[in-house]
Amino acid sequence: MKAILRSRLTPLVALALIMALVPMIAPTSFHLRVAALVWIFSLAALGLTILMGYAGQVSLGHAGFLGIGAYAVAIGPARLGLDPLLCLLLGAVLSGLIAWLVGRPILKLKGYYLAIATLGFGVIVALILHSETELTGGPDGMSVSRITLFGWRVTGALNWYWVSAGALLIGALIALNIAASPTGRALRALHDSEVAAAGAGIDVSAKKLAAFVVAAVYAAVAGGLLAAMNGLITPEAASFSHSVELVAMVIIGGLGSVFGTVLGAAFLVVLPQTLTAFQEYEQAVLGLLIMVFMIFLPQGIVPSLRAMIEERLP
Amino acid sequence: MTPQTPLLDVSGIGISFGGLKAVDAVSFKVGAGEVFSIIGPNGAGKTTLFNLVTGIYRPSRGSVRLDGADITAVPPHRRVSRGMARTFQNLQIFFRMTAVENVMVGCALSERTSFLADMLGLPSVFRQNRVTREKALALLDRVGLAALADAPAGALPYGALKRLEIARALAADPKILLLDEPAAGCNAVETEAIDHLIAEIAKGGIAVVLIEHDMKLVMKISDRVLVLAQGRPLAEGPPRAVRENPEVIAAYLGDIGSREADRAHG
Ligand SMILES: Nc1ncnc2c1ncn2[C@@H]1O[C@H](COP(=O)(O)OP(=O)(O)OP(=O)(O)O)[C@@H](O)[C@H]1O
Ligand SMILES: [Mg+2]
Repeated sequence: MKAILRSRLTPLVALALIMALVPMIAPTSFHLRVAALVWIFSLAALGLTILMGYAGQVSLGHAGFLGIGAYAVAIGPARLGLDPLLCLLLGAVLSGLIAWLVGRPILKLKGYYLAIATLGFGVIVALILHSETELTGGPDGMSVSRITLFGWRVTGALNWYWVSAGALLIGALIALNIAASPTGRALRALHDSEVAAAGAGIDVSAKKLAAFVVAAVYAAVAGGLLAAMNGLITPEAASFSHSVELVAMVIIGGLGSVFGTVLGAAFLVVLPQTLTAFQEYEQAVLGLLIMVFMIFLPQGIVPSLRAMIEERLP
Repeated sequence: MTPQTPLLDVSGIGISFGGLKAVDAVSFKVGAGEVFSIIGPNGAGKTTLFNLVTGIYRPSRGSVRLDGADITAVPPHRRVSRGMARTFQNLQIFFRMTAVENVMVGCALSERTSFLADMLGLPSVFRQNRVTREKALALLDRVGLAALADAPAGALPYGALKRLEIARALAADPKILLLDEPAAGCNAVETEAIDHLIAEIAKGGIAVVLIEHDMKLVMKISDRVLVLAQGRPLAEGPPRAVRENPEVIAAYLGDIGSREADRAHG
């Protein structure tokens, strides 16, 4: 039992099983769309799991990268006549490039200071998306053309469900691979002590930057998928509240846990849908539930539950 | 005794914090395989000197040469690949990792995988992991921590953590090892073990620069001793000569002597 709990690919297998089960029990295509949203936000949050959970570097502007990916898929085909799938890839590359440029100066900052600097980055992206009306359609956003995967036009809830699920599985596999590799060890090391990591010959700034770039690419791919699935994108995608939500997903699920990140994303995507009965109190109830969760599972869902189970096992 | 080109050549090094000259015009040379100790009262500037030598602080004056090459401007992590490793006075442990993982991090420089291979989880990564773990386990065995390899580092007692840091530093295959008070806070048995370990490391050809308050340890294993007081070098030479230097006795050994006497009586 302990071996299963600790095995590297257990989260991936569990995730794949859940992905296979959901379409069998989802009553309507609305539910499938919500599930697809969970996969997409999980993907965006997984990048943050690498950055925050492994490397211990916070980003409060990560929705900015999600916005870049989303608008690449929106703007490329509409304004430049490019293929949407190509734009998804270009958006990821662009996002990674911007992360590299922005990350070099700001990753020298630590803790609260890094949080504020990344927050500033997110605000700038949202502002540009708002004000460059000719390019982005401004606050009303713009419509997004369909993605064609090798001649197959991706439409309908079920298709989007599988595409987003596949993207998340790849993202989860990469995150788990990193965790089990020398790179993952280096990231976890600098999380605990930068001076000792450097003392082991690790180039701390280079590793932090790599984690930041990877996290930005995850967010951009998720953003591109989100835009293409919804067929519409607004600057809201890059908003500060979205950035905070991504951070919350990572923390609620359990900092550094891949499966936990998916649970955290499910929590924050599904719950608002089920709380609509509370009408104007919806946000307050959601906030209250988050507080209760963190009080009773202070390390986040997965690490707290794992500790409880391992305690009871011989 | 000092060879033609010393392994480590620190010359006229200094740094100030505000108005305080924490280290001022300190020079010393360490030859290959030598045990060189730095002693001095609390606040003398010993740790600061280590931070200057390892590149954590940029000196305002002076230079550091390793194997003949000027490394004064080389960042800390790249000094490691040139053969310089250290431990820390205030423990710098990766507390979220197991003991063996701590040492595996120390092996980073000998690992041959790329970021891309790591992301893709190629078989070469897992082969590398196995090689690294073997090496780390051997080092843990060497410092007497083999039985605790898979324990979370946070659960290890203080004395074990001191040895864990030495194992992690050795993992970088250094030519010169800087130990900042490796026996501080350890009981007599643990101090004895660390004493043996240092002697063995030096016998293996690795030069050791040792900061230590335990005079018995210093006198026993050092080839040469440098005495610092208020950031300045007070005396340098073989242990016996230093111990008998009247200035040193006045400024430092008297103080330590009375402290040891206190400890013996209290
Ligand atoms: N980063 C810093 N900023 C300001 N002052 C510092 C800094 N580092 C060290 N100092 C000061 O420099 C002096 C030397 O400190 P250092 O830690 O090198 O002494 P030490 O010889 O290692 O002492 P101990 O035996 O207590 O470890 C002290 O007065 C200390 O307060
Ligand atoms: Mg000190």
